[in-house]
Amino acid sequence: MLLEIENLTVKYPSRRGAFVALKNVSLSLDRGEILGLVGESGAGKSTVGSAVIGLLAKPGYVDGGHIALMGQQLVGRPEAEMEQLRGARIGMIFQDPMTSLNPLETVGWQLSETIILHKKCARREAATRAVALMESVGIRDARERFDHYPHQFSGGMRQRVVIALAICGDPDVIVADEPTTALDVSVQSTILQLLKTICRERGVGMILVTHDMGVIAEVADRVAVMYRGEVVEVGKTHDILTAPAHKYTQSLISAVPRADCKIARFPLINYIEEAGTPDISRLKKRWGRTSDAANGTALSVRNLSVDFVTSRSWIGRQTKVFRAVRDVSFDIKRGETMGIVGESGSGKSTIARTVAGIYAPTKGEIFFNGHPLTNVGPRLAKLRRRDLQMIFQDPFSSLNGRMRVQQIIAEPILFQKGRKAHAEASQTANDLLEIVGLGAAAGRKFPHEFSGGQRQRISIARALATGSNFIICDEPTSALDVSIQAQLLNLLKDLQQELGLTLLFISHDLPVVRQMCDQICVMRKGEIVEQQGSDGLFESPRHEYTRALLDLIPSTPRGQHQAALRVGATPGRT
Amino acid sequence: MPTSLSRLLDHDLVHSFTRSRVAVVSALVAVTIVLVSALAPVLSPQDPFDLMSLDLMDSNLPPAWEAGGDQRYVLGTDDQGRDMLSATLYGLRISLIIGVLSVALSLVVGVTLGLISGYLGGWIDTIIMRIADVQLSFPAILIALIVDGAFRILLDKEWHDRAAIYVIILAIAASGWVQYARTVRSSVLSEKGKEYIEAARIIGLGPVTIMIRHILPNVMGPVFVVATLHIAMAIIIEATLSFLGLGLPPTTPSLGTLIRTGNEYLFSGDWWITIFPGAALMIFSLSVNLFGDWLRDALNPKLL
Repeated sequence: MLLEIENLTVKYPSRRGAFVALKNVSLSLDRGEILGLVGESGAGKSTVGSAVIGLLAKPGYVDGGHIALMGQQLVGRPEAEMEQLRGARIGMIFQDPMTSLNPLETVGWQLSETIILHKKCARREAATRAVALMESVGIRDARERFDHYPHQFSGGMRQRVVIALAICGDPDVIVADEPTTALDVSVQSTILQLLKTICRERGVGMILVTHDMGVIAEVADRVAVMYRGEVVEVGKTHDILTAPAHKYTQSLISAVPRADCKIARFPLINYIEEAGTPDISRLKKRWGRTSDAANGTALSVRNLSVDFVTSRSWIGRQTKVFRAVRDVSFDIKRGETMGIVGESGSGKSTIARTVAGIYAPTKGEIFFNGHPLTNVGPRLAKLRRRDLQMIFQDPFSSLNGRMRVQQIIAEPILFQKGRKAHAEASQTANDLLEIVGLGAAAGRKFPHEFSGGQRQRISIARALATGSNFIICDEPTSALDVSIQAQLLNLLKDLQQELGLTLLFISHDLPVVRQMCDQICVMRKGEIVEQQGSDGLFESPRHEYTRALLDLIPSTPRGQHQAALRVGATPGRT
Repeated sequence: MPTSLSRLLDHDLVHSFTRSRVAVVSALVAVTIVLVSALAPVLSPQDPFDLMSLDLMDSNLPPAWEAGGDQRYVLGTDDQGRDMLSATLYGLRISLIIGVLSVALSLVVGVTLGLISGYLGGWIDTIIMRIADVQLSFPAILIALIVDGAFRILLDKEWHDRAAIYVIILAIAASGWVQYARTVRSSVLSEKGKEYIEAARIIGLGPVTIMIRHILPNVMGPVFVVATLHIAMAIIIEATLSFLGLGLPPTTPSLGTLIRTGNEYLFSGDWWITIFPGAALMIFSLSVNLFGDWLRDALNPKLL
């Protein structure tokens, strides 16, 4: 065995007793093997990596257990000796290539510095080795690029440099912590292949920490599934993905949205806590005007363009603008869900915010329930937007931290009906909290006392408070773990069914969009390249860009059932 | 449901306070000084404003324990025969009032302007921040001097003496608001981009409501830290102005006035007139500064 972890327990002491981040974790790693560590946020998967390399974030400490590298004990080794081991015996690849390279030094300098440190050779020889290394990780024109700075490399190339840095000391073990999370999907697979080749050719063992089942499926030989600091299941990748034994793994895999067909609801995610049962029937009583008009157009956008001023000039008319949305038109029928997908920067959030009235359109018209929102006075537009609300991406910044939850939900009611509606507002707030599955008692707490998924429920309650029937969801689940995402999407579906809500659903995650939407617009660089029904789009895409997007969804051994097995929230990108 | 008191006691800030010896001691000293100066009329043996009770025969007496000291005047007397203990207590009171009021005034002005400037942006922001930049290029004491000087010309002598305390508060506030405006503006800029502000706009709330209800409570943390540190600064500026003879008239002794009068006698050996008010000033500003330092660190999660 190359690396043996035995009964590893890591604790983080705090005022209220120690938090156990890892509980009796036992893992082993062989030469040339890739061991995937998968789990949701807070499962302790990254902690395993930092414990191996001896860089636990303070005040964490190893409370018990052993880590043995080829029989050499690592736990409790003095810091000076660990420094010798790091890089030389254990390499590390971090998530974000932006921040793991020094922006002020050339790539070649950083590489040869590390080589000199570990190999104790002359600078000239180190430089030769560095160039060879850069070539071996697939950087073309390595001799030329040797003198380039990190910002002159693209994200994927930069991650290759980081990989070169990790292997330049010829380590036996590499810990890769979410090595492809910060990269585009198209670059992801080439980097994964590179990692695989390195492990095979050099006989290096790798611990690959990720939240992405797709990544695991592509490169890992074995998988360890982690839940709340414990390893619940270890086994061959294929076995775990196709026939998970543990209940948690089962519910985890069932919560991953499928791209291949639309299902009515996500299967019951019983293992994961925080579910809370929504009480929809109560809401229906409050809703005077449920689905009164099932047909008709709720929102219609005509030739919409939105410009942003990038540099304003005071003299003359040399103002530079950036056109974020270009000549976009679509209609949403009442009670339906329209999805807008596209890569980051494609203008999908700009459309949402323009419809919501945060940005002003440069050209084009927006009609809401048949009434124009553009070219009317701001007061009138505001009045017409009363039935339109929004749910945001980041659950941590979308609620005011200084207000109690009940105040947050009651605010739109008080604003529309005045101070005298106070009793009614707090009653509605309590009801809504029951409906979204949090319970009325939650109203007395502050937002920071809730988890991300619970906060998104609060956001939903706020959006429903005034009885609005049109809700814009801007990436509502992209900051959430996959199991919480499944619960939240179920809740949205239930609410839509009962109340006849119309949704404008914005996401970059194609399987999620497939599960939620009736109609889909695909956007690229501010333009809609394709618009059709959800089934049609996934089964017979017309535009080549759509086809390219669909091809990028990573496939897995259970390819016919599962795709894009994204388990955790994207870490550090909120 | 825990009561609000027990929740307060459980708060991380309170916890960190009870753990920090410097914070507890400095807070105790500061609170004691505030109490003592508030109770000056009760505690002090003599009313230094009451000219009838002064006796010039008692002037320049050393403290009671020195040779030639008088038991009635524990800390000695100044050149007008005032009991130094009473004068210091009353002086502390005036200095404190000036410190707190001027900080409050500059806080209100600064926070308001910072909030407007940060939230509205555009040319309003440019104008406010340029004024602030220009003002920052003058030393605080110079601005206070200019304001005080302007009022000296505008008001005649008698009126000026009566209004002196307000002029000084205004002068110190005029030099202090910039710091609040800048602190608040930078916090507002980071809060403004958060989604709860967008949510509030979608609800339909107007800019004033959003500024007061949503942004203001979220930007006040750093402001309180600046304010604590600023109180000590304001008291020192007041003392400096009075020391230069531009502050309060000698009939209403602030700490600065007392130090100035004492300074004239320092070389003739009458050290007590300037040392006692000076020590009071030093102890108070030191304790408030130490408390402010602790507060700044405790509210910064990165330093934990």
